[in-house]
Amino acid sequence: MHELSIAMNIVDIADEETKKANAKKVYEIELEIGTMSGVVLEALEFALQEAVKDSVLGNAKIKITEIQAKAKCLNCLNIFEIEDLYSPCPNCNEFKTEIISGKELIVKSLKVE
Amino acid sequence: MCETCGCGESNSFSIRKPGETIENNPDHTHTHSHSHSHDGSEHTHNHSHSHTHDNNHERHHHLEDNDHAHHHHDYQHNHSHGTEIKVETDILQKNNLIAERNRGFFEAKNIFSLNLVSSPGSGKTSLLEKTIKDLKSDVSFYVIEGDQQTMNDANRIEATGAPVVQINTGNGCHLDAEMVNKAAKKLDVENNSVLFIENVGNLICPSLFDLGESKRIVIISVTEGEDKPIKYPTMFQSSDICIINKIDLLPYVDFNIEKAKEYALRINHNLQFFEVSVKTGEGMNDWYNWLKKHKC
Repeated sequence: MHELSIAMNIVDIADEETKKANAKKVYEIELEIGTMSGVVLEALEFALQEAVKDSVLGNAKIKITEIQAKAKCLNCLNIFEIEDLYSPCPNCNEFKTEIISGKELIVKSLKVE
Repeated sequence: MCETCGCGESNSFSIRKPGETIENNPDHTHTHSHSHSHDGSEHTHNHSHSHTHDNNHERHHHLEDNDHAHHHHDYQHNHSHGTEIKVETDILQKNNLIAERNRGFFEAKNIFSLNLVSSPGSGKTSLLEKTIKDLKSDVSFYVIEGDQQTMNDANRIEATGAPVVQINTGNGCHLDAEMVNKAAKKLDVENNSVLFIENVGNLICPSLFDLGESKRIVIISVTEGEDKPIKYPTMFQSSDICIINKIDLLPYVDFNIEKAKEYALRINHNLQFFEVSVKTGEGMNDWYNWLKKHKC
């Protein structure tokens, strides 16, 4: 459900940037969404379908790049890909790890006209 | 677009003190004013909550059809000489910015603000009621209540004597920084106090929305599964404190408290725990001491 808020924020950012650039509308928007960002991609895509209506993004192609989450082990400093937030370091089995990527929720770029 | 009914308005929520009605409340933002110019004759009408789905759909479809025919041409035409804007903006930037403003406001007034998150029914409101009753001679408390509907929680808090406002989010599943900003102003929180912000009962959505709080507190109760932390990890990862409530029921339920803590620590090794029973008062002193120590 919070994906709708996220979608509406995306529309607001696109709207603002389009105005700043004195453009009329967006024909492509690129987003970066981390796999541990707390956003479900399918839900976001669904929410965007509604949120973009009657906005500068109305006809824009939406490109979403998923950023694979990675963590750093605070014990052995190993850097590894993660699929959840509760698995130990595969090298030394330590649970004290730090996420170093995968929390991204970013509007990367807009192509406007 | 409004999250509540899908119309063109945004941020539809209400902030009320107990006793205020939607109608006499100036902070209720859910008054719609639509200009329908698509049918040739322009008319504006104000209405609240009486939006029917059919209307909405008609409107959206209509616009969609219009836009479609229209856009297609332009799209093809301009595609070749469009420009690319590097945006690199956090999607939650707007919320995060207001949250930092809230944080500065709270710090300047020495307000210790706590964002309480949990699933529905873990005992957030009961915890606040008991804490306020037991400590109100030492600490001045203010409360912002968040629920989709009803003034029930605000009425319960008001009975303890603490000033309270209720945010009703409509269909919204979380509080955001803007709501808290408005609610804190309406509440007129005095310096050197503790502000409890009771979020909407939901272990998923509120985790992404910084409210500008000093600390985030996640509450679970022993009637829930001990694997809650790994089922809803984002919330446990973003919290500072975990209160495990209803420990008086431990003899009657299959809840392994050590296992629950171990799971939570896997996700967030800085998490600090309080094991309490709001009902019997067991463990509450540790929580009170922590609160008094951090309040300064």
